[in-house]
Amino acid sequence: MNTVRQLDRVVIRFAGDSGDGMQLTGDRFTAETAKLGNDLSTLPNYPAEIRAPAGTLPGVSSFQIHFADTDILTPGDQPEVLIAMNPAALKANLRDLKSGGTIVVNTDEFTKRNLTKVGYDDNPIEDGSLDDYQVHPVALASLTIGALADYEVSKKDAERSKNMFALGLVSWMYSRPTEATEDFLRGKFKSKPVIAEANIAALKAGWNYGETAEAFAVRFEIPPAKLAKGTYRNITGNTALAWGITASGVASGLPVFLGAYPITPASDILHELSKHKRFGVTTVQAEDEIAAAGAALGAAWGGALAVTTSSGPGIALKSETISLAVSLELPLVVVDVQRAGPSTGMPTKTEQADLVMAMFGRHGEAPIAVLAPQSPSDCFDIMLEAARIALTYRTPVMVLSDGYIANGAEPWKLPDMADLPDLSVEFATEMNAVDAKGEEIFLPFQRDPETLARPWAVPGTPGLQHRIGGIEKADGTGDISYDPINHDHMVRTRAAKIAGVEVPDLEVDDPQGDANVLVLGWGSTWGPIGAAVRALREKGVSIARAHLRYLNPMPRNTARVLEQYDKVVVPEMNLGQLALLLRGHFPGTDVVGYNKVRGLPFTSNELEDALEEVIKNG
Amino acid sequence: MADTLPVKLDAPKLKAKDFKSSQEVRWCPGCGDYAILAAVQSFLPELGLQRENIAFVSGIGCSSRFPYYLNTYGIHSIHGRAPAIATGLAVSRPDLSVWVVTGDGDALSIGGNHLIHALRRNVNLKILLFNNRIYGLTKGQYSPTSGPGTLTKSSPMGSVDAPFNPLSLALGSEATFVARTLDSDRAHLHEVLRAAAEHEGSAFVEIYQNCPIFNDGAFEVLKNPETRDESLIRLRHGEPIRFGDKAVVQSGYGLQVVDADSVDESEIVVHKADVDDPAYAFALSRLSGVALDHTPIGVFRSVERPTYDKDVRTQVDEAAAGVDRKEALDRLLHGGDTWTVL
Repeated sequence: MNTVRQLDRVVIRFAGDSGDGMQLTGDRFTAETAKLGNDLSTLPNYPAEIRAPAGTLPGVSSFQIHFADTDILTPGDQPEVLIAMNPAALKANLRDLKSGGTIVVNTDEFTKRNLTKVGYDDNPIEDGSLDDYQVHPVALASLTIGALADYEVSKKDAERSKNMFALGLVSWMYSRPTEATEDFLRGKFKSKPVIAEANIAALKAGWNYGETAEAFAVRFEIPPAKLAKGTYRNITGNTALAWGITASGVASGLPVFLGAYPITPASDILHELSKHKRFGVTTVQAEDEIAAAGAALGAAWGGALAVTTSSGPGIALKSETISLAVSLELPLVVVDVQRAGPSTGMPTKTEQADLVMAMFGRHGEAPIAVLAPQSPSDCFDIMLEAARIALTYRTPVMVLSDGYIANGAEPWKLPDMADLPDLSVEFATEMNAVDAKGEEIFLPFQRDPETLARPWAVPGTPGLQHRIGGIEKADGTGDISYDPINHDHMVRTRAAKIAGVEVPDLEVDDPQGDANVLVLGWGSTWGPIGAAVRALREKGVSIARAHLRYLNPMPRNTARVLEQYDKVVVPEMNLGQLALLLRGHFPGTDVVGYNKVRGLPFTSNELEDALEEVIKNG
Repeated sequence: MADTLPVKLDAPKLKAKDFKSSQEVRWCPGCGDYAILAAVQSFLPELGLQRENIAFVSGIGCSSRFPYYLNTYGIHSIHGRAPAIATGLAVSRPDLSVWVVTGDGDALSIGGNHLIHALRRNVNLKILLFNNRIYGLTKGQYSPTSGPGTLTKSSPMGSVDAPFNPLSLALGSEATFVARTLDSDRAHLHEVLRAAAEHEGSAFVEIYQNCPIFNDGAFEVLKNPETRDESLIRLRHGEPIRFGDKAVVQSGYGLQVVDADSVDESEIVVHKADVDDPAYAFALSRLSGVALDHTPIGVFRSVERPTYDKDVRTQVDEAAAGVDRKEALDRLLHGGDTWTVL
């Protein structure tokens, strides 16, 4: 007889060899959890190599999910449950596990050879080194093979279904439904129904194992979270970003053109958008990063909503093209899904170290708007904003996502189509000036007095033929100009145009109103900072928080906000890039950086400690 | 947008002067670019298009100033990137006739990658490569088409670079249309431009262009009445390849120049630009090297192959036909696993 115990939250990590299907297992567990109505947040963590040598530490792939009956902000600092498919997975993840946590371990892989491969002299399951944990040794592979004895699948295929056995077992432990996964498996193996049925049988065998094995005396329930009314789905940042681009095309009525070159962790945006041709989305997989940006710029000139997506090394290559877009004053959305650098760095690991490059990584005075989404689902909204700014101001806009939110997932309350903003644009179709002889002419750099944007006269428009280029242009006519005064004027005008971009005010969350310390973040640190702030307030500590989604220009009220606090703590996954900008823009502010570059998101615990320390030390 | 160029039958016929822009032309006196500009301006009315439906895209270099002097839409972009920018435009705008103007440094050195990939994809672009075998705008360094031993500011003891043969490169890149012409031969230039414009897909045209300042007389051997008959081969589709008292015959795996009277008429190669196997056009391109000893001009190759831009558009058009995008977006968002909180 099993006991059912209620929990309010759990963090589970699935870990195995990169060939063990841990990402799929995690995705399915996430889908089941979402279906149940828990709030959740996920963190995949996998090696850059597609198949690192089997059973080795570099080959370990993991997927962490945090789910709860309240709203949560992060994938969780420390897992409470670890599913370890082999000795390498145990060794690589054990130090993260909470003391007293639960380990489900696949004993079949704990052979002398596999133990030696990762440096275990003795079997940790037997030598007492795991006494601080609740260990469930389960022969996952042989149980799976046994369960599939009646199926016409090879032993190898049967063994490969052990991840579904593990999923079934964990689904039983946490009372998750499995019907959707069964449907998913039937769809995934449509052409191989025997494999589909074998996987489903493995899933069910895992569930039944939990129910019958005496080792699992307790199962858990986590009631649904009380989220705002609406329809939800689970979404990763990269998918939300791609859908945001698609939605921007719908909202503007323009064809979308994506120029991209494959790069981790941005390629999924290209994959996703290449499926959305029905929305008038054209994707060009270019010969290199430069061509990807160039083709997008060419399409922008032709009147498309043009986008190019990449990660740091690719953005560096696009830099010259972005500068040309600044000079031509054409709309171009550039997405940088940041990863750990410099150079190849750690392509599958997250970092926020491209902020200064986004701001200044171009030649000449080449200001652009810079935005950063704060969570996976915010990637959708931020793209609509990026499109709005690019189209309104005829400028490149850089969006700084990162590996953490690109691959992480969370529930997303689906927007109502009626709330989609109107991003329609007016192309120039008529002459806009009169020359000295009184004849009507077209001035390609005659600006809108409000936005300073120039007219967008696309090729094919009768009578408005004009030439533009990277050489400095006379304001108004757009003719080549080496006039010193004109150049100074144009540099200042381009800067004023970006400085004048309308962005919403910075919202401050300071519920007690007596905080002396403000924590100010940007981008993907939103979740961990929020969780840390919440924990501090529960302890009675006063702290204010604000988060910058608009980094250039910053919200108009930023100075006023910062002035109200004695100290501004800026946690960043870099060595202080926002801090540098703040010290330049707001020299009176006492900026305290909290910086780590480990390729991993902050934990809320470490932020809680760091913030508390600043508050205590006044 | 229709997938054809919009020809207005009732529009007044344009003349060369209609394609002149208000900008003062600023190349060095005697530059071959003047002749090419005049030839292009006199050719453009033949397209039968309105000026707004023509777009010129250039990179950086002397030749890349070209778009400023044409009363069409034009973009003077960045070094080497014109084929990439033009690809984006051509893919998204089937109603435009898109031309790329580039030079030997722009197309073959800094922009080599974009050139070969535009040709490989067969994007509907007309690429005019002005080859003067020197860097002019940066004041006289050797280029990727300069011969070994060329003395320049950056090679005072002679260049040790091995040059590209631009046509061999284009053919190796799967180009469907490859031609060569001369800045000084207005009629031939005009004829080649017409053939390029008529070709559906990437048309690659190398134009030998004299730089009077840094590489004067580079192509003199092809222009001087005393030497040209010996060195210039005018390719004509369907005609035997003869020049002066020479002829071209097959030899081993390639072609060879021989005295015409030393071979039987039946042995002389009859030029066919539509030969599917690029090896023939490649062999033609190898008849001349840096020394220009036997230099064919005209259309080397002109074959049909699906164009990238059209294929891309077809996929999008077929997928998007009849789709209510807002409704489809709502369905996309609500597709898959969703749940409702009441």
